[in-house]
Amino acid sequence: MKYCYRRDAEGGAPYGKDENYNMKEINARFAGFGGQGILFLSKLVAYCGIIDGREVSTMPSYGPEMRGGTVNSSVRVSDTQIYSPIVDSPELLVVMNLPSYLKFIDTAAPGGTVVIDSSLVSEKTSRTDIDAHYIPATALANENGLQGLANIIMLGKILALTGFTTFETVEKAIKKAVPPSKSHLIEKNIEAVNLGYRM
Amino acid sequence: MSERVLMKGNEALAEAAILAGCRHFFGYPITPQTELAAYMSKRLPKVGGVFLQAESEIAAINMVQGAAAAGVRAMTSSSSPGISLKTEGISYMCGSNLPCVIVNIQRGGPGLGGIQPSQADYCQAVKAPGHGDLHILVSAPATVQEMVDLAGKAFDLADKYRMPAMILADGMLGQMMEPVVLPGEPAGPLPKKEWAASGHNNGRPKNIINSLYLDPYMLEESIKKRYERYKIIEENESLHENYLADDAEIVLVSYGATSRVAKAAINMARGKGIRAGLLRPLTLYPFPKKAVAEAAKTAKAFISVEMSMGQMVDDIRLACDCSVPVEFFGRTGGVIPNVDEILGFIEKTDRRYK
Repeated sequence: MKYCYRRDAEGGAPYGKDENYNMKEINARFAGFGGQGILFLSKLVAYCGIIDGREVSTMPSYGPEMRGGTVNSSVRVSDTQIYSPIVDSPELLVVMNLPSYLKFIDTAAPGGTVVIDSSLVSEKTSRTDIDAHYIPATALANENGLQGLANIIMLGKILALTGFTTFETVEKAIKKAVPPSKSHLIEKNIEAVNLGYRM
Repeated sequence: MSERVLMKGNEALAEAAILAGCRHFFGYPITPQTELAAYMSKRLPKVGGVFLQAESEIAAINMVQGAAAAGVRAMTSSSSPGISLKTEGISYMCGSNLPCVIVNIQRGGPGLGGIQPSQADYCQAVKAPGHGDLHILVSAPATVQEMVDLAGKAFDLADKYRMPAMILADGMLGQMMEPVVLPGEPAGPLPKKEWAASGHNNGRPKNIINSLYLDPYMLEESIKKRYERYKIIEENESLHENYLADDAEIVLVSYGATSRVAKAAINMARGKGIRAGLLRPLTLYPFPKKAVAEAAKTAKAFISVEMSMGQMVDDIRLACDCSVPVEFFGRTGGVIPNVDEILGFIEKTDRRYK
């Protein structure tokens, strides 16, 4: 299992944490189609960081369109102050469609982790210096009655691969991020995290 | 301590304005500022306020002028092309001694430019936010938390000095999300504005809000009085952050979102044994001249790091009386400088002035 870690020059030792502290930092880019929940995924990861008392930032790419198109977001979770919110060479890259795969696969940091929705991206990377995981998240969501929750399946996978937070925190973050009008979806979201975690 | 909440810069600034007692917002949509107005449209009616989407930016700033003349805390927000349209109203408000807050979430220019982050409206904000002899207060947040903190301060200082205050941010700060702690309690009753044209049932002599003086001597007098106030402001209201600048040989001067990238580059430069530091103006008018002059004593060179073609360079030169060379590194048109290219420029500058 590989972890996302912060580059030495930018970081430092986590403050106020004991030696058993092993929550990893996130320097990630998430990308996909508008509507796949890329920004919601970013928000959930950031919420996890806040619940854990850490520093977080998310920075969406933004365009003039109201909906559709591609969307990507830089996400950082750290134990020290976050300077630039923009992640140019992500140590964790999650891509959920082909255009995003083509655009970002070469930007992944050497030694980094890449998670690809293989239901929508049929290509495989030739890079050997990254740890690539192919998860048919969209198909899994549809097969398991979790339509629209491919992004949350990805969250489960991110949790398993990085250990950036705990399962309990993810659960709290979901309860916080799901609006009251959609509270019936909380259980489904948690199911999706579990599914992704086991993949 | 209050709860840390995750908020988008635009929305956090809007909430902070409401907490500072702003109940009147007039605006017109433009990327990358629109979330600010959208937030106001949802929140203001719930707290007894007025949100009005005007027919244009020009209408919006003039509505702000009217509201400010009536003595309430009023605000408008826009992005670069929209701010250009507001300059006439800003000048009138300066001439009429009216307080208000104007937010510029800058994007690339000139013209319609682009919609990505930029700092190319520095000169407009600091040198000529409207026609005539005038200044407005200009503050430059670098975090979502500062969007909140400086918004409250902008309203207070605008009222104190009876002049418009601008928050000069950019698309990156407007769009990014970070944890913020909002001021716990909404601001108490605001100080009464005795000068306001607020209606009084003939209970006092009438107040006149006006920027027209046909007698040049009277106009000159009014401007001179205003410049006395500007002098007090320049003396007392400048804010800056000193990050590792005390012993720095290479002092970066950078504000807003760009300063965050500059800090990361400084950390890396320090790791390579280069004594780099940052002076970060939090106020652009008044510019932190004394801090720059102080840093010039140890600095071998300044580097102005901006998302523009170097609009701040001359202000640094003036502040240090050209005693130290001022280099420039920047990207413009919506391109955000990355850590590596700033680091590269620091190294180059360090070699040059060794």
